[in-house]
Amino acid sequence: MQSAAPTPTEDEIAALIESNADLEGPLLPMLHALQESFGHIPRPAMQMIADRLNITKAELHGVISFYHDFREAPAGKHVLKICRAEACQAMGGNALAEETLAKLGLDWHGTTINGAVTVEPVYCLGLCACGPAAMMDDRCVGRVDRRRMDALLAEAGA
Amino acid sequence: MKVYVPMDSAAKALGAEEVVAALQEAAPEAQVIRTGTRGMIWLEPLVEVEIDGIRHGFGPATPVDAAAILDGSSAKALGPVDDLDWMKRQTRLTFARVGVIDPLSMDDYEAHGGLAGLKRALTMTGQQIVDEVKTSGLRGRGGAGFPTGIKWQTVHDSDAPQKYIVCNADEGDSGTFADRMIMEGDPFTLIEGMAIAGLGVGATKGYVYLRSEYPDAIAVMTRAVEIARAEGVLGENILGSPHSFDMEIRKGAGAYVCGEETSLLNSLEGKRGVVRAKPPLPALEGFLGRPTVVNNVISLATVPVIFEKGAEHHASFGIGKSRGTITLQIAGNVARGGLFETGFGVTLGEVIDDLAGGTATGRPFKAVQVGGPLGAYMPRSKFDAPMGYEEFGAEGGLIGHAGLVVFDDTADMLGMARFAMEFCAVESCGKCTPCRIGAVRGVETIDRIARGDADAVTILTDLCETMTDGSLCALGGFTPYPVMSALTHFPDEFSTTKEAAE
Ligand SMILES: Cc1cc2nc3c(=O)[nH]c(=O)nc-3n(C[C@H](O)[C@H](O)[C@H](O)COP(=O)(O)O)c2cc1C
Ligand code: FES
Repeated sequence: MQSAAPTPTEDEIAALIESNADLEGPLLPMLHALQESFGHIPRPAMQMIADRLNITKAELHGVISFYHDFREAPAGKHVLKICRAEACQAMGGNALAEETLAKLGLDWHGTTINGAVTVEPVYCLGLCACGPAAMMDDRCVGRVDRRRMDALLAEAGA
Repeated sequence: MKVYVPMDSAAKALGAEEVVAALQEAAPEAQVIRTGTRGMIWLEPLVEVEIDGIRHGFGPATPVDAAAILDGSSAKALGPVDDLDWMKRQTRLTFARVGVIDPLSMDDYEAHGGLAGLKRALTMTGQQIVDEVKTSGLRGRGGAGFPTGIKWQTVHDSDAPQKYIVCNADEGDSGTFADRMIMEGDPFTLIEGMAIAGLGVGATKGYVYLRSEYPDAIAVMTRAVEIARAEGVLGENILGSPHSFDMEIRKGAGAYVCGEETSLLNSLEGKRGVVRAKPPLPALEGFLGRPTVVNNVISLATVPVIFEKGAEHHASFGIGKSRGTITLQIAGNVARGGLFETGFGVTLGEVIDDLAGGTATGRPFKAVQVGGPLGAYMPRSKFDAPMGYEEFGAEGGLIGHAGLVVFDDTADMLGMARFAMEFCAVESCGKCTPCRIGAVRGVETIDRIARGDADAVTILTDLCETMTDGSLCALGGFTPYPVMSALTHFPDEFSTTKEAAE
């Protein structure tokens, strides 16, 4: 899903901004569309969105930084989210997360040196009856143990 | 031959896609129908094979089981699914179709009672619709348990050029997945419920604010809206009536606090998801300042069955002021986890010892957190507590969205209290000081207790009081529930007798 896409052109950005501009409350759909296409909110988009929606760049930055999802720089090729919430903790989620981060030599939000995987914390994936849970890009995985995690990481090229 | 396999994300997370591939390879002529999940997550992937019109279950299935499942010789045979204890003991009103039908087949939906409620509502006035909801006794399933009919009345009575129905599908509580299950397993129910709400209060536009952590639910709901539009259930002149109602799916962006209704509305408007002070109520000044019904997924998805079977039918289940059914989500360290829908009034002990079958690890039960990250930790001594809003509240608990997270005796309760504060600090919207600063100080204070500082317990108690009394919303206001319940019920783990390491 997340791809290290080439630098987007202004036309591409403008098209995504425009296609959402007439919605009621257009900003989040716009940001999602940009991030889906480019893996992050590209810098040149900031002024363009601000102009189109008649808000300041500071306001826009305030919105982008409020939400955990939006990033202003690209992530790794894949994003691995490991659930840190209570139901997964009850099934050993903490140990799994610590072990995974240690194995990759990363902290939360870090990306492997080869750019393959970024590891993010997530607070519940709705898989609380089959924890510990994780999600690789858009794919859910339940009852994650060391073996399943290794397989996921290998598949992602970490 | 008809074979049913769930496409629910929990089933997929446990290998349903691999099982489907193996089934198709073993029997290319078999018709594989994808459904939601029945809610028995410990049996997922649960394959059902129709034999003489009866669906027989096999699970938890793996790809190597495929051939034996198809020829009926599999050791994973469970018998007819409807005869399983877990299914037989439920009262499925809201979840009647989930796991049974193809979620995206309008024909299936109608054949199982779908649209009957909407058709009836189309013969009623707005006030009659609101009255029906009041009579049903339906209370908001998102957490606060506010009477849905009263909220609708306020919006109904307001005068505005545009009103809105906003569905809160932000389901951020750990241990909850009922919203996800219904959106993935029976999306038309939610659409129908929102349409009825629109008719009731005079709103022609709806939004589902759906968390981004649920990509499968987003995909199913988006598709379901398109189908509903094509079938005339949404849009102009719904089902040939003079009424119009349409809706959009909007994706959240990873902020727990956006489940709080005013924060959600700000987010939907494209702002920071900061909590608004109330009043004004969203019912009067909600989305874009217009009168807005904000209801949880389960509240809205329960509306169609109320109109299909009548308000009295719904009101006939439950205890006290908690009418209808509670959609229990049994999670964490349990032998049998999943969704169980039953009348309000079931006791905590019944759910954990009987339904859930104790812990998954087989170790002794220690605590259950009910109602999400802002809910209390309850010990075994609370097992007689009946699950009704007032009844459970009297025991110091919070039903919330009805998620239960079970822990075995290895749980570190001081660690869980610390996590509650940490979570509040990470997710605070930052508007009010008791929550924004209090949560950070809370983590530090619990760390002091862990280091053996006896005075810190008093400080923590005091801090929790300040957060309870002074926070703008229940994020800061209820974080003291898990913290103080852990401290009250498991004082030994906060005791300073373990010598300071220094
Ligand atoms: C921090 C916080 C998070 C919340 N999260 C949710 C949520 O994810 N889903 C939900 O329906 N209600 C949530 N609520 C409750 C909503 O504010 C609101 O009461 C609810 O959407 C009203 O719908 P209902 O009456 O149908 O329950 C949350 C409240 C708070 C304070
Ligand atoms: S707590 Fe981890 S998936 Fe819900």
